[in-house]
Amino acid sequence: MKLLTHNMLTSHVKGVTKATEVKVTDVDFNSEFVSRMIPKIEWSVLVEAADTLGHLNDLPRDLPPDYESSEDFLRKVHHVLLEVEVLEGNLKCPESGREFPITKGVPNMLLNEDEV
Amino acid sequence: MEETCQHVLERDKLDKESKKRARKQMRAAHTVLRHAGISTVSHATQSLVIANGGLGNGVSRERLLDMLKGFGSVLSLLMPPNKPYAFVRYDSFEDAKMAFLTLNGCKLQAEGQPVTLYVNFVDKVDFKEHSTQSLPPGLLVVEDFVSLEYEQELLQLMALNTATQAAPKKSLKHRKVKHYGYEFCYDNNNVDLNAPLPGGLPIICDDVIDECMKNGYLKSKPDQLTINQYEPGQGIPPHIDTHSAFEDIVMDFKHPDGQNVSVLLPQRSLLVMKGESRYLWSHGITPRKSDVVPVINADAAQIVSSDLGNLTLNKRETRTSFTFRKVRQTPCNCVYPSVCDSQSAGKLNVPPSVPQSEVDASRLEQDFVHKVYEEIAGHFSSTRHSPWPKVVEFLKSLSSGALVVDIGCGNGKYLGVNKDLYMIGCDRSRNLVEICRERQFQAFVSDALSIPIRDGICDACISIAVIHHFSTKERRLAAIKELMRILKPGGKALIYVWALEQEYNNKKSKYLKENKAQLSQIDMKEAKHYELTSITCTHNMEDTSEDTAEEPFQAELTVHTNRTSFLSKDLLVPWHLKGISKNSRETDKPRVESDIEPQSSAVFHRYYHVFSKGELEELCTKIECVQILSSYYDQGNWCVIIGKLL
Repeated sequence: MKLLTHNMLTSHVKGVTKATEVKVTDVDFNSEFVSRMIPKIEWSVLVEAADTLGHLNDLPRDLPPDYESSEDFLRKVHHVLLEVEVLEGNLKCPESGREFPITKGVPNMLLNEDEV
Repeated sequence: MEETCQHVLERDKLDKESKKRARKQMRAAHTVLRHAGISTVSHATQSLVIANGGLGNGVSRERLLDMLKGFGSVLSLLMPPNKPYAFVRYDSFEDAKMAFLTLNGCKLQAEGQPVTLYVNFVDKVDFKEHSTQSLPPGLLVVEDFVSLEYEQELLQLMALNTATQAAPKKSLKHRKVKHYGYEFCYDNNNVDLNAPLPGGLPIICDDVIDECMKNGYLKSKPDQLTINQYEPGQGIPPHIDTHSAFEDIVMDFKHPDGQNVSVLLPQRSLLVMKGESRYLWSHGITPRKSDVVPVINADAAQIVSSDLGNLTLNKRETRTSFTFRKVRQTPCNCVYPSVCDSQSAGKLNVPPSVPQSEVDASRLEQDFVHKVYEEIAGHFSSTRHSPWPKVVEFLKSLSSGALVVDIGCGNGKYLGVNKDLYMIGCDRSRNLVEICRERQFQAFVSDALSIPIRDGICDACISIAVIHHFSTKERRLAAIKELMRILKPGGKALIYVWALEQEYNNKKSKYLKENKAQLSQIDMKEAKHYELTSITCTHNMEDTSEDTAEEPFQAELTVHTNRTSFLSKDLLVPWHLKGISKNSRETDKPRVESDIEPQSSAVFHRYYHVFSKGELEELCTKIECVQILSSYYDQGNWCVIIGKLL
């Protein structure tokens, strides 16, 4: 699971990412694509997740206002959003403590019947 | 003048024939390469491959060897079972060359009709034998179990048609069968526990049973006997005896992983099937007039096909088998759930519960949608490779950088069609999502009624062939609402559902058109088998207030016949799981026959609600923020593109 995918999840499953296996792969950089994604992103969540995984990549705590013009910044965001992938780990709901396992890169968000 | 013409014509004819022969020789070489991976060579060697001279063509070792010896000294003759070719190795190049020059186009009398031989040189004979060399676990063959006299007495049972305690003798298409104790019903492949036949088993069989008990072959006394009689050329397709029906012949045994073992069962022998050999391996008798048997020690019980240099054909005679079984009183709880009718998903022996409530509906979907996709994921995925053009068109129409979620993404066939989008897939089936991951797509496992995606962030969604799997109107509506929830205002969703109308504007859908002759035959058969067991399902969940007038009330959940028009809106659609016995070409064929137990492990049933014209649109308009942008019919599906109002 890429951190961009993770960022789109609802808060009750997004929680704290605990990863035992993280993979970094090269993805072609497309500045326009990254610029378009940034407004959809919950910035603080991204920074926290990247930090937890040890891939903060110098991302600032606050989103700089003129990010579109800085290729250097967009490249860093690109790396964190698209190149870092969690293969094994857990997502934990901050409220209920319920854990959602990630195995072989596949998060399983199924709830038990009594949780629906 | 005339005479010369005639002469020329004859020479032409001769030329034509030798050309034809050469062509066929080439083709034979290609066939051997394609089927056995054996390359032929153009230079002379000591070994030849003889096309059409195989056990599979009905050519016996003795007959072929006689012919081959005429050209020189034969070192070895390998005849793989059921194959249309054989390999001969000569002592010298000269002998092989002589055979090569003379044999091409030669006719040889095989079983029934003559075959024409085509030969080619091969460098070395390296024929890999795939079958295992040990009996399936739990299988035991006891030779000379029955004496000659006792055999005659037992055979009288089949000859007499007067026995009052037996169910009437039936002539099935491919064998004669007689039941004692309980009748095995081929309509549902089970026995009726409430209808034992009067009189139990024939007294004459007591000796067999006593002997079995004494030697520990049987733990409890059998209460059911099936006598099968096969004429030469008849057989029984591979099957596993219905697990829930019973507790604990050359016969072919097949493991689901493709292992194949052929066992020679001599006359008057006893075969005991227990454990894995009974519950997991399928067994069958290939319908043919002769069997491939070893030359040496031919009447001893053994595994066939261990030594290719030791095989020939044995003509079959009338064969009668006595199968003693114990009828099971409780559901089966074996350790082979993948082939167990009591335990497996989508099987009809355990009817789905009537959805009286939300919980019932979700359970029906659990058993007849989710579990089934999990089981068939691999095969399902292999049949879902080409994306539907109109769906691709929709995805290509979206702007670059759009975030798109595919709800019910299956094997992910749409996740990569437009590289400018960021696409995430989700599906209920973990096995299908794993296939997406192997293809490097973003995907997770989740339920379409509770998608773990934030509100209002998607530029677009697609839901292709998903919503028809929800078993109540409320749940179908909830599924569309969930799509709308994750869409941003101004976002678009494309929905495809299966249409009740498989013929629209006088055009048959692709689904109907693909109804090939054989396919329909198989499926018609399936439908017939299950007619008696079709499940009653009252649709209490249907909104009865305003829609009853428009929608015909339907009380029964029926099993659909594949590739035919839908007869009802709520149904179970059979999925024929392929690949269980992929090594055998024979398994597919006999399943068409009418008198057999279909492989109990191969058919799964998926629940569908097919939509009638206008129904999808009507559902969408129940949601406040929805605007229908377009709706259309595409290859047997009703489709809408809906927008979320700003």
